[in-house]
Amino acid sequence: MPVFAPPDFLGEAPVPVRPFSAVFTSFAPLCAPVERSRPMSVFILRRLMQSALVMVAMAAIVFFGMHLVGDPVDMFVSPDMDQADIEQVVRALGLDRPILEQFWAFVTSALQGDLGQSFVFGQPALGLILERMPATLELAFIALLMAIVFGIPLGLYAGLKPDSPVSRTIMAGSILGFSLPTFWVGIMLIMVFAVMLGWLPSTGRGETVEVLGVPVSFLTLDGLRHLILPAFNLALLKISLVIRLTRAGTREVMLQDYIKFARAKGLGRGRIVGVHVMKNILIPVVTVLGLEFGSLIAFSVVTETIFAWPGMGKLLIESIQQLDRPVIVAYLMMIVFLFVVINLVVDVLYSILDPRVRLGDRGA
Amino acid sequence: MSQTSPVLQVEDLQTHFFTRAGVARAVDGVSFSLGRGEVMGLVGESGSGKTVTGFSLLGLVDPPGRIVGGSIRLGGEELIGRSERDWQALRGTRIAMIFQDPMMTLNPVLRIDTQMIEAIRAHAPVSEADARERARAALARVGIPSPDERLAAYPHQFSGGMRQRVAIAIALLNEPDVIVADEPTTALDVTIQAQILYEVRKLCAETGMAMIWITHDLAVVGGLADKVAVMYAGRIVEEGPVDAVLDGPLHPYTHGLVGSVPSQNQRGQKLTQIPGMAPSLLSLPPGCSFAPRCARADGACAVMPDLVGSGDGRAMRCHHPHLPPGEAAGGAIGETGRARA
Repeated sequence: MPVFAPPDFLGEAPVPVRPFSAVFTSFAPLCAPVERSRPMSVFILRRLMQSALVMVAMAAIVFFGMHLVGDPVDMFVSPDMDQADIEQVVRALGLDRPILEQFWAFVTSALQGDLGQSFVFGQPALGLILERMPATLELAFIALLMAIVFGIPLGLYAGLKPDSPVSRTIMAGSILGFSLPTFWVGIMLIMVFAVMLGWLPSTGRGETVEVLGVPVSFLTLDGLRHLILPAFNLALLKISLVIRLTRAGTREVMLQDYIKFARAKGLGRGRIVGVHVMKNILIPVVTVLGLEFGSLIAFSVVTETIFAWPGMGKLLIESIQQLDRPVIVAYLMMIVFLFVVINLVVDVLYSILDPRVRLGDRGA
Repeated sequence: MSQTSPVLQVEDLQTHFFTRAGVARAVDGVSFSLGRGEVMGLVGESGSGKTVTGFSLLGLVDPPGRIVGGSIRLGGEELIGRSERDWQALRGTRIAMIFQDPMMTLNPVLRIDTQMIEAIRAHAPVSEADARERARAALARVGIPSPDERLAAYPHQFSGGMRQRVAIAIALLNEPDVIVADEPTTALDVTIQAQILYEVRKLCAETGMAMIWITHDLAVVGGLADKVAVMYAGRIVEEGPVDAVLDGPLHPYTHGLVGSVPSQNQRGQKLTQIPGMAPSLLSLPPGCSFAPRCARADGACAVMPDLVGSGDGRAMRCHHPHLPPGEAAGGAIGETGRARA
C-alpha cells in the first residue's frame, strides 16, 4: 500500500526524468479499492503502522548507505594535523564507535526528534532543514498551483475538441514538457527571460515578508517576480502530466451514458463540463497530483540549484558535496515522512471525491 | 386510441453516419405519429436503427452521425433545423429519454438530489427548496420508498431497478409530452421488469404523456404498448395496433420475430428462427433489405417495396406478405381483423 518513491538522487547525478508510465505504476496501488467493511479508525491505524515500518526501513537504508559514500573526516582534517588531532576529530564526530552502535544512537535520538548535528554548521540538522523548508514548500506549492491552473483547462480543451489544431498544439507542447530535461529548461528560461529579455530576475527569493514567523516571497511584487521562473521550471513536467491526465479523463467521461443522459435532461454545456465531467476527472488528477507533490519537492533540488533558490534542495546538494552526513540523512528522512503523510492525505481526499470509495462505508 | 392531433409526428426521418468506410443509413425514412398518452413499441434487432431513431428525436445524434432529412413535429412545431440552444430547451421538458443501462445513466459522483434538482432548474427559475420538493414527489411517484432519505444518496447505493426508477423519475420531472425509453428494462431481472412496466403504464395513463418504448422484447411490447412499429435495417417494415400485429404479423420479418418467441400454446414445438444475420448498414442489398434472409423472396424483391397502409391503421413494406388465411392473395389486408381490442 505505501506508495513512495525512494529519493533517487543520492549521487551527484541529476534527477532522472520519470517517464509517464512510471507515474501510473506508482498510482496503481492507490486505485485498488480501499478495504470497505472496516471502520475509518482501523484503516488509519493500519496505515500509520505501515508508515512507521517504512520510516524504520528507510532510516536503516539511508544510514548504512551514507556510510558507503566517502569519509567525512577527510573534509575536516587539514594537512598540518597530526594523527592525534585526527583521532580527536573522529571521536568528536562519534565515528570511532561500531556502526551498529552509531545506528542505535541515531535511532534513539531520532525518536526524540534529534537527527544529529551538522558536521559543517555545528547546528541541529533538522533545524537547518526546517529553516529552509518554507522556501522549498512555497516553490512547490506555486508549481502545483501552476500545474492545476494551466493543466486542467488546457487538458479539458484538448479532451473536448481532440481534433482541433489548438488541441494538437497543446498535446505536442505537453510532449515537449515531458521530454525536455528540467535543468536544460531552467537554463533556457534564464537565458531568454533573464538575460536576453531582462524581464525577470534569475536568482534568489527576492523580497520576503514574514507570515506567522515564516518568510514568504509570494506576497511581495519583487518576490513574485523571483518566483515565476523557478516555479514554472518546476511545474512544467506537472503541467504536461495534468494536461494528459485531464485530456484522457475527459475523452473517456464524455462517452459515458451519464453524460448523454445529462444532455437528455437539457443541461447546458457549461454545467455538463463544469460539474458532470470535472468531478469525474478530478479523481485521478487529485490522486496523481497529490503523489506528485512529493516529487515536486524532490525535483526542486535541480531547480533550486539552477535558480539559487535558498531551499532544502540547495542545502542537500551542498551537504552532499561536503559529505555532511547528518544533514543528508535528516533531509531524506524528512522526504520519506512527507511522502507518507501525502499518501495518507491523498487517500482521504480520494474518498471524499469518490463516494464509492468512502472509507468504512458499510452501506450499499 | 384517439388519433386526433398527434403530439409527435415523424415523417421520412433520415439519420446517416458518415464513416470512413462509407455512409451508414442508420435511419432511412422512418415515419410514425403518436397521440397523447399513447405508447408505441419500436421493435427490431440490434443495429436496426431503433436507438438512433430515439436519439434523433432528442437531437442527440453525435458526429459522425447527422440528421439529413425528414421532419419531426412536436405539438405541431418543426424540430429539424433548430439550433442547439433550442434543442437544449426542449430536452428534458417537452421530450425526455430513459436509457438502457441504469448502472450507467446516473453520474456516479453526484448525489441523486443534485442530479434531479439541476434537471428542474435548467429549465425554470425554481428555488432550490421547491425543486427539491418536486424531486421528492417524483421519486415517490415512481415508487421509491422514503424518498427524503434517498435524495441524499449516491447512485451506487441503489439497486439496478431502483436506479432505473430514479432515471424514470428524472425523465418525468418536467412533465414532458413524450418520453423515449431505450430498452429501459433489458438490463433488469424479470420481476423488477414487470414492476417497472406496470408503473410506466400507470404513469402514462395518469399524465397523458406519450411514450416510445424501444425494445427487442416482443413480450414487453405486447403487455405495454398500444401500437408497434417493427424496424429492419433503418426502415419501418411493419406497423399497426399491437395486438393485430403480434397475432397476425404480415411482414415475413415480423412473422419470424413472433415465431421465435416461446409461448404456452406451442409447448414442445420447435421455435422458428430467422436465418442469417442483420445486414451491415454499409452494404445493404439493393431492393428489400430483408430479401436475402426471406423464404418468400423472389425477383420482385429486387425493388424496395413501399410502406403500404390499410384501413385499420396497419401498414407494411413487403411484396409477399403473410396474409391471414381466407384472404385472397393481393387482396385487402387484415380486413377481417384479428385484433382482440
